[in-house]
Amino acid sequence: MYRVYHRIERIAGNVITVQATGVGYRELAQVTSRRGTSLAQVIRIEGGRVDLQVFAGSRGVATDSQVRFLGHTMRVPFSQSLLGRVFTGSGLPRDGGPAIHENPIEIGGPSVNPAKRIIPRHMVRTGIPMIDVFNTLVESQKLPIFSVAGEPYNPLLARIALQAEVDLIILGGMGLKHDDYLFFRDTLEREGALSRSILFIHTAADPVVECLLVPDVCLAVAEQFALQNQRVLVLLTDMTNFSDALKEIAITMEQIPSNRGYPGDLYSQLAARYEKAVDFDTAGSITILAVTTMPGDDVTHPVPDNTGYITEGQFYLRNGRIEPFGSLSRLKQLVNARTREDHRTIMNTMIQLYAGYKETLEKQAMGFRMSDWDRKLLKYGRLFEEKMMDLRVNIPLEPALDLGWRILAECFDPEETAIPTKLIEKFWPKTAVTAAG
Amino acid sequence: MSNNVGKVVGVSGNLLIVEFEKPVVQNEVAYAVLGDVRLKSEVIRVRGHYAELQVFEDTTGLREGDRVEFTGELLSAELGPGLLTQVFDGLQNPLPKLAEKCGFFLQRGTYLDPLPRDRAWAFTPVAKPGQTVEAGDTLGTVPEGIFRHRIMVPFALAGEWAVEEIAPAGEYPIEHPVARLRGADGATQTVTMVQRWPVKIPIRAYAERLRPTDPLTTQIRIIDTLFPVARGGTYCIPGPFGAGKTVLQQLTSRYADVDIVIVAACGERAGEVVETLREFPELIDPRTGRSLMERTLIICNTSSMPVAAREASVYTAITIAEYYRQMALNVLLLADSTSRWAQALREMSGRLEEIPGEEAFPAYLESVIAAFYERAGLVRLRDGGVGSVTIGGTVSPAGGNFEEPVTQSTLKVVGAFHGLSRERSDQRRYPAIHPLESWSKYEGVVPAEQVAVARDILQRGNDVNQMMKVVGEEGTSIEDFILYLKAEFFDAVYLQQDAYHPVDAATPPDRQRYVFERLARILRTAMKFETKDAARRFFQRLTQLVKDWNRIERSAPEFAEIERRIEAMVSEVTEYV
Repeated sequence: MYRVYHRIERIAGNVITVQATGVGYRELAQVTSRRGTSLAQVIRIEGGRVDLQVFAGSRGVATDSQVRFLGHTMRVPFSQSLLGRVFTGSGLPRDGGPAIHENPIEIGGPSVNPAKRIIPRHMVRTGIPMIDVFNTLVESQKLPIFSVAGEPYNPLLARIALQAEVDLIILGGMGLKHDDYLFFRDTLEREGALSRSILFIHTAADPVVECLLVPDVCLAVAEQFALQNQRVLVLLTDMTNFSDALKEIAITMEQIPSNRGYPGDLYSQLAARYEKAVDFDTAGSITILAVTTMPGDDVTHPVPDNTGYITEGQFYLRNGRIEPFGSLSRLKQLVNARTREDHRTIMNTMIQLYAGYKETLEKQAMGFRMSDWDRKLLKYGRLFEEKMMDLRVNIPLEPALDLGWRILAECFDPEETAIPTKLIEKFWPKTAVTAAG
Repeated sequence: MSNNVGKVVGVSGNLLIVEFEKPVVQNEVAYAVLGDVRLKSEVIRVRGHYAELQVFEDTTGLREGDRVEFTGELLSAELGPGLLTQVFDGLQNPLPKLAEKCGFFLQRGTYLDPLPRDRAWAFTPVAKPGQTVEAGDTLGTVPEGIFRHRIMVPFALAGEWAVEEIAPAGEYPIEHPVARLRGADGATQTVTMVQRWPVKIPIRAYAERLRPTDPLTTQIRIIDTLFPVARGGTYCIPGPFGAGKTVLQQLTSRYADVDIVIVAACGERAGEVVETLREFPELIDPRTGRSLMERTLIICNTSSMPVAAREASVYTAITIAEYYRQMALNVLLLADSTSRWAQALREMSGRLEEIPGEEAFPAYLESVIAAFYERAGLVRLRDGGVGSVTIGGTVSPAGGNFEEPVTQSTLKVVGAFHGLSRERSDQRRYPAIHPLESWSKYEGVVPAEQVAVARDILQRGNDVNQMMKVVGEEGTSIEDFILYLKAEFFDAVYLQQDAYHPVDAATPPDRQRYVFERLARILRTAMKFETKDAARRFFQRLTQLVKDWNRIERSAPEFAEIERRIEAMVSEVTEYV
């Protein structure tokens, strides 16, 4: 029943070409060579020749290796028994457990009808004030964490995985260092969160094509759980590796690059993954947090740039802190009106004053005399960084807001903050405040 | 069914290479047959016996040798009563109906009628038998929500036609014949309430195009006062991500003083469409007292939907906009974002292996963008009525750098430029339209000489601010420092607006004129302070007071009271008192 071919015409990069007929676009094939068996996917059909992308790489593939077309596209099993397990990008067990074959689902399925989406309503509490207060994470949101190599983005992701109030965590690792993979696995296990997690891990040592599959596999599984009324949080790290894998394939396929070697459809490719984030009308939701490392700390690099246009905001992780400038949760307005009436005001006022502090710092660095106002800002800025921005701070939203008021009262007079008079009357600490916190 | 068929010989992404025998038409619609689904596609290049087609759907599973059916028709939009309040995808599929049929996901190859066939409309004839009519002339009307929807002579009919027969007043479904026309050559034509028009060709059934002069108010102060938009004009909003393009578009769609708003969400986030979709039916349009949705139509091709349909979506949107313009209505088309459409062109161009221009965009990018914006305009119809299409397009420049092909091509053809700045959005100064870099060629709601005062203060205040970064506060004279504070004050209380506050979010034009006049007086007032700290404290207090003023309904008694307090505060520091 399967069509088998033995004559490979061209091998370039991870792409092989065979003469074949009746092959469907994106169909899977099995390539058997001396090195073993690997899956491959059709990426172009032209005039009787079929280009296939070999998941395990073309190394060791011979011109007479066997290519067997399977008649279906890439699938991944879906069942409750995935929980607590670790797989590769192709869905094979990585943890030594049994392989799972039941209920295969196709990956990269059609997009959700916008008419079946609802406006997100629920905040995802994380216990990190820089997220909860200033850039609230909302269920069904897609947010990247922009960072550079060396920043603690994986520990941050792990902490969110442990603390976030969701039903299920799916972690997708792309080009992950093996140590980092073990770190995630051990942390989740130690804190007892592995049983509500599924890991799909591609490490830097694995074939690059498998890296491309990781987001699709994670999101296909997440989608099925979400349809069963689960609130799923998908953590992806690192999407820049994913984009680089795309670039590698595109160049091999001799596509015209658009910007710094990346293919012209980078935006669409990234969007197809991120747009899987959804809050279903009458079912569960998918929230996506994805690390995107910025080569050279350059936000105008094509990967972070395209990502920023797709996602609903971004977190900047810099110097071990979530930067208040640039970081943005676009959906926060949907939830922070209903948390507490002072939430928005505290959020805006504290950031505006912190911007003032930054300007004062510049002036100070240039040796200008400090006015009274400057001194107040300096005091405020230091308190803010120490009590709020530090990533070790772990307090729920409401105490964090109270802390905000105390910091403001310690540094300023009420009218200097431009807070609406009504809120000042209600929340401004009445008695003289001692050290905040 | 068409008898012109071809067969697939190549598939790469959404590009098909098809071998054909009978003649094919450039840009005609064809269907690739995959089992029991038919995938809509468009011929975009022909070479010898091979046609290259862009497929508006996912091509997974297509095989060599699969059948392709050519239709001979260009990609067209269906026009008739029942368009408003709908939500379409780029190919004019009604999404809510699609959800009823297919569930949560967009199944490819499912095409539904854009307009409901079973709904009856109350037709009132206007034209009389024997009357001579031309394309675009009104034959009758039907009520569509708050509008009188004109049933017009199809735009595709050339020359003069005589009305032979017209249906009496009554309730008809859209496909029911309402008139019979006879042409000069004796040919007859039956007209129904629905017609089709190829989306890439502008509708030109009007007497003449006029110059856009009347302002289109958006109730956003910085736009209406400083960088106004005219009815029938064009404007663009380029900005880096996170600078608030979409929020600005959403506010405009809510408060703009036009009859109909068409939102073309092109290659952007689905979540944003959903907000409009779910919120608009609940919101009341203050102009009509009816639901905002009654004047709104959404075309959405979100970023995860097939790329080729993105291009179709902007053309479908502008065609529908032109259709309603023909009814002497003012239509605003908001396209978010034109960059995504340009990227779709780039992707296709890359697949076609065309020689790339700058940043791999095709060389024809500029002319395509220009032709699109030129479809905006103010027109006088043959019956003397006036209708307009205004286009507001956002641009998402790579890296927030305006020196890129899409922004530059757009700036050449628009009448107003609202450049969003990362700096201002980082400082939470919303809307983040840059007051010094943006421009507009149209007239606004506030007299130009008053605006000049404010512009001058903003410019000089900015100069002082730049200088202060070098010489510090102590090196700045108190006069200059006051100038800087005045600029900051005007920025904070007038240019910035709280989009989420029920009152501050929308400032009607008369309130803008009133408030601006008072603020301009404060800006012109010479003030005296002992120290810079005293000046700063004064302006901090004044800013807070005016911000409170902005948050109060104009009819409330506090409005006048706060105004008096502001005047009292200012008079205390006036130099000549």
